[in-house]
Amino acid sequence: MLLLAFDTATPAVTAAVHDGTAVLAQTHQVDARRHGELLLPAVAQVLAEAGADKHQLTGLVVGVGPGPYTGLRVGLVTAAALGHALGLPVYGVCTLDAIAHQARTEGLTGPFTVATDARRKEVYWASYDADGVRTEGPSVDRPAELTARPVAVGAGALLYRDAFPDARAPEHVSAGAMADFAATELAAGRELLAPLPLYLRRPDAQVPAGYKAVLPA
Amino acid sequence: MADEPLVLGIETSCDETGVGIVRGTTLLADAVASSVNDHARFGGVVPEIASRAHLEAMVPTIQRALDTAGIKASDLDGIAVTAGPGLAGALLVGVSAAKAYAWALDKPLYGVNHLASHICVDQLEHGRLPEPTMALLVSGGHSSLLLTTDITSDVRPLGATIDDAAGEAFDKVARVLGLGFPGGPVVDRMAREGDPKAIAFPRGLSGAKDPAYDFSFSGLKTAVARWVEGRRRAGEDVPVADVAASFQEAVTDVLTRKAVKACRENGVDHLMIGGGVAANSRLREMAQQRCDKAGITLRVPRPGLCTDNGAMVAALGSEMVWRGRASSSLELSADSSLPVTEVSVPHNDVHGEAYRALGGGA
Ligand SMILES: [Zn+2]
Repeated sequence: MLLLAFDTATPAVTAAVHDGTAVLAQTHQVDARRHGELLLPAVAQVLAEAGADKHQLTGLVVGVGPGPYTGLRVGLVTAAALGHALGLPVYGVCTLDAIAHQARTEGLTGPFTVATDARRKEVYWASYDADGVRTEGPSVDRPAELTARPVAVGAGALLYRDAFPDARAPEHVSAGAMADFAATELAAGRELLAPLPLYLRRPDAQVPAGYKAVLPA
Repeated sequence: MADEPLVLGIETSCDETGVGIVRGTTLLADAVASSVNDHARFGGVVPEIASRAHLEAMVPTIQRALDTAGIKASDLDGIAVTAGPGLAGALLVGVSAAKAYAWALDKPLYGVNHLASHICVDQLEHGRLPEPTMALLVSGGHSSLLLTTDITSDVRPLGATIDDAAGEAFDKVARVLGLGFPGGPVVDRMAREGDPKAIAFPRGLSGAKDPAYDFSFSGLKTAVARWVEGRRRAGEDVPVADVAASFQEAVTDVLTRKAVKACRENGVDHLMIGGGVAANSRLREMAQQRCDKAGITLRVPRPGLCTDNGAMVAALGSEMVWRGRASSSLELSADSSLPVTEVSVPHNDVHGEAYRALGGGA
């Protein structure tokens, strides 16, 4: 197994190569405005660092969000195009699940919540039990409207301390953790998600109220 | 490099996901997936809806273009993509996809200008552009007069709209008349039944002291609305066909008059008209008459190539390869306000270098 994983659903642009056992290389740059510029160079870089050729890859793993849409789509369309051009399967992973996986591998135990910044004073969030199984979410809500979350990770939790008093790292997703999550699931014979975006919100668009007259009433 | 470069072009600057494949100046495929119907009830293009549609349509449209052209992706000499101008989020989907294909296939990437592509598409219909060529670009997003001596490196703006684009005026007038969105085709159709001289609508910026090559359609749009509302308030029927014809006449009169004037005053004997409004039948007819009279050769691509499509991007990409122009780097970014003078976004990444020199920018 040789997986290339990347995610653009948080301010981080992150890419990793994973051989089914361990992460061979990974990059992580935080710049919410430059996902489009940074992703492909990051992909090329991790493959070079891993000493791998793109034609040796066996699958692609991409974060399907939830996350701010413009950045999210950079990852998804890149994955779709790479999968098409290289003839590879593309697996989707909920970005919050990848953060949860990372938090657990970094030693977090017990139930906890993952929250990322959804902008507009909202968070994307999901909750996990002590075994790391997602029990709630993913959803998008105002932090104040959530019931108390004892332990939480992610930039959304760190941003809204009132709602998440015990917020902690990791802040953003890492592609290494995402690849590791995917490798584990695939090895266990479990299905991953379709590589389709988890938008959670409808597009901002309003049907015009009606024709607005030019002449004064 | 091949005499007839085989290039795939991706266009996502607005609501059409376009993928074209061109060999030299020969069109092999022109696949378009449009989200126009999803925008209709909003009366205009909704950027987020367009971006979502581009993501969904990208790979299937690429595959459709490859199938139509009967080629393998590995046969390509390059991948071209609209880098701007256009809707930022929509452009980004196309640019990201193009980079992924270019990298995966080990092909050079060409980030090109949407407006230059609108001009270059005519090569697919009428062969290489004469140098120089005057171009009148008219669509929902732009109305400009451009002079080009080399479509891959030299496009000079002579004039542009100072308010609405011509296509926008069509959309707004269609709304006033209750004809729906988009307005261009339906106004054109209605106008065929109407009298273009029925109502004397104003010709913007046509005075002796007005800028010779700039356009203004906002006043015309308002004049049409006032006229129609006046009729309705008086309880009279609105002669929709006459309004459509008279409005269309005013738009095409100004566009063609200024375009011919620009040719004459700059000693250019070829006029190219592109953009969605170039599909308008009256514009084509009037331009032909006036060019014939002035001894100017008119080049207008068929309507399907005037609206946004991938073929135009592939046409410019192919020309870039043919002329040995620099390709773009994998750091290419979408630029929603890419100036018309920047025909392509070349490899030397000055901004990126400055950015990194500042430690990533804070
Ligand atoms: Zn256009």
